[in-house]
Amino acid sequence: MSEQPILLVEDNKDDVELTLMAFAQGRITNPVVVARDGVEALEYVFAEGRHAGRNTREQPVVILLDLKLPRLGGLEVLERLRADSRTKYIPVVILTTSTEEADKIRAGDLHVNSYVRKPVNFDAFLEVARQMGLYWTLLNEAVPPRW
Amino acid sequence: MSSSSSIGRKLGWLSVVSSGAALLAASVALLFFQLQEERSRMLRRLETIGDLIAFNSAAAVDFNDAEAANTMLRSLETRPDIISAGIVVNGRMFAFYGEDLRSADRDGLLRTTAGYQLTNDDLTVFRPISSHGRPLGTLFIRSSLQDIGQTWRRFAATTGVVAIPALLIAILIARLPQRAIARPILNLASLAVAVSERKDYSVRAPVERSAAEIEQLVSTFNHMLTEIQRQHVEIQAAQTMLEQRVADRTQELHQRTEQLEAQGRELAAANKELESFSYSVSHDLRAPLRAIDGFSQALLSGYPGRTLDERGVHFLERVRAGTQKMSNLIDDMLDLARVTRRTLERRDVDVTAVSEEVAAELAKRHPDRHVHCEIEPRLRASADSQLLTIVFENLLGNAWKFTGSRKDARVEVGKLSNGGKAVFYVRDNGAGFDMAYADKLFGVFQRLHDESQFEGTGIGLATVKRIIARHGGSVWAEAAEGAGATFYFTLGDNS
Repeated sequence: MSEQPILLVEDNKDDVELTLMAFAQGRITNPVVVARDGVEALEYVFAEGRHAGRNTREQPVVILLDLKLPRLGGLEVLERLRADSRTKYIPVVILTTSTEEADKIRAGDLHVNSYVRKPVNFDAFLEVARQMGLYWTLLNEAVPPRW
Repeated sequence: MSSSSSIGRKLGWLSVVSSGAALLAASVALLFFQLQEERSRMLRRLETIGDLIAFNSAAAVDFNDAEAANTMLRSLETRPDIISAGIVVNGRMFAFYGEDLRSADRDGLLRTTAGYQLTNDDLTVFRPISSHGRPLGTLFIRSSLQDIGQTWRRFAATTGVVAIPALLIAILIARLPQRAIARPILNLASLAVAVSERKDYSVRAPVERSAAEIEQLVSTFNHMLTEIQRQHVEIQAAQTMLEQRVADRTQELHQRTEQLEAQGRELAAANKELESFSYSVSHDLRAPLRAIDGFSQALLSGYPGRTLDERGVHFLERVRAGTQKMSNLIDDMLDLARVTRRTLERRDVDVTAVSEEVAAELAKRHPDRHVHCEIEPRLRASADSQLLTIVFENLLGNAWKFTGSRKDARVEVGKLSNGGKAVFYVRDNGAGFDMAYADKLFGVFQRLHDESQFEGTGIGLATVKRIIARHGGSVWAEAAEGAGATFYFTLGDNS
């Protein structure tokens, strides 16, 4: 059985590259699927549009979701995922630079699994990425896919 | 007009009753006098007749000739008013003329003394009969009082004929002053009604000849109307002015409310803008910084076939230090903005516990430092606990920072009472500052120290000031260069 992917929802190319770099340095071996906006993230999860025909039994081990995204924002994506019985147990981690209390409260209301701030300092970010990867890919016991 | 009759009618009745009463009294007095007169006249006449018959019948009595005596008495027939007559001798009826007498009457007539006896119907006169001074008996003559009754009726008729026209004349005469008195008063009454009903204060009562008091009443009434009219005009003017003023004020208020509402909307819009601005700052400004730092780090850790020399490493480290500083600045700026936006939630806060926690966190973050920290026990205040924590983070953080060069660093947290007001303070024995620049202490980006000596963003004390201001308190500092600094603050009235 191939390793479940990590879904990274991020529009900033720099951030994508740095995150991938951090995962590589943290020895996270799971494949990373990148969605550039909220719409694409939902298409991937529900195997629609650009990701039509994808095997829906293979759901992300964790979704790393930025808040500020083109078209559909991170909180809206989270809302759609939680509203659907097939996706409501997929672990979602908000990975953002925003420390707005309102965002945290809203994400909490939508049953986010974790809220992580991206540090500016790259050394700190490496540590964050490494710990997150280890936790969600190795330690966390996920609910099996509901398809 | 109303249940009570008008003054005119009352005055009319008054004159009728008074003149009627006067006439009646006069008539009664006159009648009484007339009756007395008639009665005494009748008495004298009967006495004269009695004396005459007594003289003429003396011989008949003396000779015991009853026949002669009866004949003498019968001569009274010519006088129709005489009912009966008799001669009493030795308590016995010697001779008698006229109607039969009742026995009770008869006993009353058997008297011997002279005089008279008056009843409702008749008058009886008693005269002595004597001869040469020797008493022989008594004569009585009884006369009916019908004549007097006739006299009375005649008199009443005459009085009626005279009194009624007299009364009418009296009424007519009485009407003259009555009109003079009643008319002005009636005028006044109808005028008062008109004034009270129509609120027309311009009318005046006509001034005419009348009693002095009435004239005075009318002129006083008119004077009063003039005064009322003047005051009415004044009140109306004042009212109009007041109404105008109220309208003006209302208009002004309306405008001001609109202005305020517009300002409120602008403010809300500005706030919204500020919020989205700080949101963008927190998100968008950090992302490129992270890229700069991340790729610098990637360069530093090297990539296949290339390594940087010492100068290259130095430059990249300068770049990374710059990004870190900028990141701190952004964080502090956002904190400052957040302090302003946050709603204040006052509750009872354990100030001692808050400052101890902050001090413990500082000690953990600077394990190489040894700072003697003295915090007064049981300090409490009514404040927003999160915001108060930020205050102590900044004040204690500064105390830690500025005592950095001292081996015997001391930091103190306590409370003073200034006229019943709680004043909290944070004191250190650090670098202090020149009081000449104290006013710049709480401004944003204001620093009193060289950055190479004490690092910082220059936002911390501005944040403290804003938090204290939001509590309605004040913050100030006392210091001397090289001799430490003390920061004092109050937390408003509720503390």
